[in-house]
Amino acid sequence: MASYSTSEFRGGLKIMIDGDPYTIVENEFVKPGKGQAFNRVKIRNLRTGRVIERTYKSGESVEAADVLETDLQYLYNDGELWHFMQPESFEQYAVGEQALGDAAKWIKDQDICQVTLWNNEPISVTAPNFVNLTITETDPGMRGDTSGGGGKPATLETGAVVRVPLFVQTGELIKVDTRSGEYVSRVKDE
Amino acid sequence: MSPAEQDWQPAASHDALRLRARILGRIRAFFAARDVLEVETPVLSQAANADPAIASLAVQGMGWLHTSPEFPMKRLLAAGSGAIYQIARVFRGGEQGRYHNPEFTLLEWYRPGFDHHALMDEVAGLVAELIPASPANPPRIPYRDAFLDFAGFDPFQASLGQLRRVAGDIVGEVVGLGEDRDAWLDLLFSTVVQPRLPAVCFVVDFPATQAALARLSARDPRVAERFELFIGGVELANGYHELSDAVEQARRMELEHRRRQTSGLPLNPIDVRLLAALRSGLPDCAGVALGLDRLIMLAGEYTHIDQVLAFPWSRA
Repeated sequence: MASYSTSEFRGGLKIMIDGDPYTIVENEFVKPGKGQAFNRVKIRNLRTGRVIERTYKSGESVEAADVLETDLQYLYNDGELWHFMQPESFEQYAVGEQALGDAAKWIKDQDICQVTLWNNEPISVTAPNFVNLTITETDPGMRGDTSGGGGKPATLETGAVVRVPLFVQTGELIKVDTRSGEYVSRVKDE
Repeated sequence: MSPAEQDWQPAASHDALRLRARILGRIRAFFAARDVLEVETPVLSQAANADPAIASLAVQGMGWLHTSPEFPMKRLLAAGSGAIYQIARVFRGGEQGRYHNPEFTLLEWYRPGFDHHALMDEVAGLVAELIPASPANPPRIPYRDAFLDFAGFDPFQASLGQLRRVAGDIVGEVVGLGEDRDAWLDLLFSTVVQPRLPAVCFVVDFPATQAALARLSARDPRVAERFELFIGGVELANGYHELSDAVEQARRMELEHRRRQTSGLPLNPIDVRLLAALRSGLPDCAGVALGLDRLIMLAGEYTHIDQVLAFPWSRA
């Protein structure tokens, strides 16, 4: 089984801890001139997203995690699972709700998402940074226009709700930043 | 272009390179004014460092790159050199990080007739010249007091279980340290005590188990006449009232050799010439090694060692 020594530790390295795959977020080498060397790492659990800290005696080895980040195209939802496809090989992957996480709020078919595969099983999905989605419902009026600047809620075709400026209406296509969940602009039809 | 072709430029700014040159000049002037002789000793040695915590780099078909110029400098002292200093490039395998580069510069000097306290005065004097904000007479804090004040326990009394518990509470999960008590103390010192030390201070009276090449205190054999200088929580210098007893030196090397054996580390030849020099007689002296790259970092307020190295290992 492949493993990494602490001397190979760096940000982004994928390792196995207690049966879960982790990515190294930060690695700090600590060594007194006349004493034991350590690697203090911050690591993120790729399944839960939780970040923990660990300290390794330098020279220890850790099992490598067979983790691959790849771009997959979202195809459809069968009511239980979300199906994705590798655009070159046409290989298909079914993703459960937990692995899909927040991305469920933003993606529609054809979107290319970054998917983390562990032992070739999808464990997390990142939506594209920006998506264009149609507003299915929002208050039509200019009500509440007291220049407070808060805008109004709008429901999008995926079911997500974002705040939009008062002039944006039902049926319009808007651009949303999926990282912050914020409205960016209206999208002009091409 | 390959990645190696993209980082041909120096990592250090012109300002950092100029600061390095200026500091080197001032160090040489400092020692010239005190009649301390500049020397050069081999970088390539027939012996390797026995310290299990330090990895000597082997040169194929030859010997090892030195990890410090300590042993040949002591041979010069035993041969009657008088006070000497050296600005040496040294090499330590596997040491890389914010404050580490596998190749780095040590300023090392020896003062016959000085004890560690007299040498601390001189170290503080040099550092005060090079780092303007640093006090002429920084506090000297015993290792034990540093733990009591900043970690809340006595490092001489604490059981292994207690060390593990404190580490678990403050540092989080620790992998691989086993039952090596000094390694647990190293961890707690580096992560808990060091960041809380005063801005500039010496730590003195290290435990006898961490004496390295210092003599044990005549008034309390549980502690060694060893000191370290810390500035802004960074370990800058390590000094000793030097051990001159050849029998005790051989015993400590033998102990390190056995620890290397149990840890499965390479067993390299011991420097028998050092032992012969000690047998012939090392003058009573104190010596210190100071990390010059870190000194430049502190003087220029740099946050990563790469910022003061023309070409750190990643682009060497």
